[in-house]
Parts: sequence; C-alpha cells; structure tokens
Amino acid sequence: MNLLTEPIGVSHYLIVGAIMFVTGALCMATKRNALGVLMGIELVLNGANVNFVAFGSEYLRPGAVSMGLDGQLIALFVIVLAAAEAAVALAIVLNFYNNHSSVDVDKADELKG
Amino acid sequence: MEPINWHSVFFLLFALVGCGFSVAVLLTSNVVRMAFYLVLALAATSGLFFLAGADFVGAMQIMIYVGGTLVLLIFGVMLTARGPFISMRTPAGEWILGAIIGGSLLVVLLSAATSVRAWRPVAVAEGEARPTATRLGMALLGARVDKLEEPDPTQREGMSGYLLPFEIVSVHLLVVLVGSAYLARPKKRAVGSTAETV
Repeated sequence: MNLLTEPIGVSHYLIVGAIMFVTGALCMATKRNALGVLMGIELVLNGANVNFVAFGSEYLRPGAVSMGLDGQLIALFVIVLAAAEAAVALAIVLNFYNNHSSVDVDKADELKG
Repeated sequence: MEPINWHSVFFLLFALVGCGFSVAVLLTSNVVRMAFYLVLALAATSGLFFLAGADFVGAMQIMIYVGGTLVLLIFGVMLTARGPFISMRTPAGEWILGAIIGGSLLVVLLSAATSVRAWRPVAVAEGEARPTATRLGMALLGARVDKLEEPDPTQREGMSGYLLPFEIVSVHLLVVLVGSAYLARPKKRAVGSTAETV
C-alpha cells in the first residue's frame, strides 16, 4: 500500500483525530501545570473537530450519505465554544495564581472533603 | 508506476506535522515550548481542513483558534511562567499509567477507525471546488440552501438551519467573556483602611 499514490479516505482523518484526542487526554491527565491541562483540552477539541470535518466532507465520501454541511457547522460551534472555555479557564487559573502564587493543579485541593 | 496523488502527499505532510507536534506537546515539560508546539499542531490541522474541502472552517481555525485562543493561552503562560512553573516534571509512575491507558484507548480508536468499510478511501472525483462560506452563512441564518436539491424528501425535512444554536452560542460567548473579565479583575486592596491604621 503506497501512501503517496492512494487516495485519502475518512479513516485517515479519523486516525489523525484519534492521535490528537489521545495525546490531549494524556496531557490533561499527566500535566501538573494548569495551563498544560488547558492545552490538553484544546487538543481534544481539535481532534474531535477533525472527525466532524472528515465526516462532513463531500470530497472524502462523494456520493455517500455524508453529514454534508452539518459537520462543518458543528466544527464552527466547537471552535467558538473552545474560545469561551479558554477565556473562563484562563481567568480561573489567573485567579488561583493570584491567591496561591502557584499554577500546580495538585495544590488546588482546598475543597477536598 | 502510478502517478503521485498530491492530495495524499499534502495530507501526509499536514498529518505528520499535526500529530508530531501533538505528541511533542505531550512529551515536553516546558510550558513555553508546549504553547509553541500547540500553535504548530493547530495550524497543521487547519491545513487538513482545507484538504477536506472545508475552507471556511480552516480559515476560522487559523483566525479564532491560533490567532485568538492560543494567544490568550500564551498570555496566561507569560503571566504565570515564573521559576519553578516553567518546567514541572511529571512523576514516572504517572507516565507509565498514562501510557497504558492512552495506548489502549488509541488501539480501540484506531481499530474502530480502520474497520468500517464505508470509511475506506474512494477515488475523489475531479471537479470544481465549491467554496462553503455562503452555504455556511445561510445555514447559520436558518436557510439550508445546500439541501434544496436533496432528492430524498425525508432528508429535506431536516432543513431548518442553525439560527437558534447560533444565537445561543453568541449570547453564551458574551456572558462568558463578561464573566471571565469579572473573574480576572484585579482585587481591590483596602488601601484606605491600611493607610488609616498605619
């Protein structure tokens, strides 16, 4: 199977999306810096966006029943919601940094029962 | 010797850059480098969007994600990158646990992605590329002009656009930005009272 001469399908995009999703989830799990956790969230949302666009693409699945424009519209909504989420999370992180002089998520355990 | 499929070549280029820098974000412990690698990974993803025919989404990916959200994150990095917080190492035990869980998740996702016959590659028909910006804008305003020629009448019924989600997400963005500006405001120090006591 020669990758340079064969056409690209939805499954190729799904593989890229899966790799981005897994690296993002691992970022969220292993990073100790709160901003690293935020970057993991961005990677996860981005991997999901790759899948949405691939399923909605009319070039990857010509003639097949694809999502059409719905995939791209959902990807746009995800982008906007990611911007909102990043703004709020950054405000929370800066507040935490002002109060505790630290961005270590392991130190944020004051609400622990 | 078959002719080289340039669509595949550019897909491989962008996919390798995107996946490689995603893994680099995971592996590096320096938060400044993580931010830079994330910029490159997301920019490569916009290239994948262009290759899938989603030109408007690709442009928005660059403008909003790379130009807005990541600049916000980099501001956060600059405001908090001080001494010990630039490079915070993860214990080896967590790496091992994460590698096991992430590896098994990756195996499940990859086997699912490659096992469905309808998702296999098909030869892309040569044709004129149709820009999507007009259709996307009309769909956000509530008119699905892309479904007017839908042959199946049952599919045509789902033609109502995305006007309500669009309004909801607009108001949501406004509320969120006002709320985050309120959250991140500088705290009022009791200057007057301390001045009196001193």
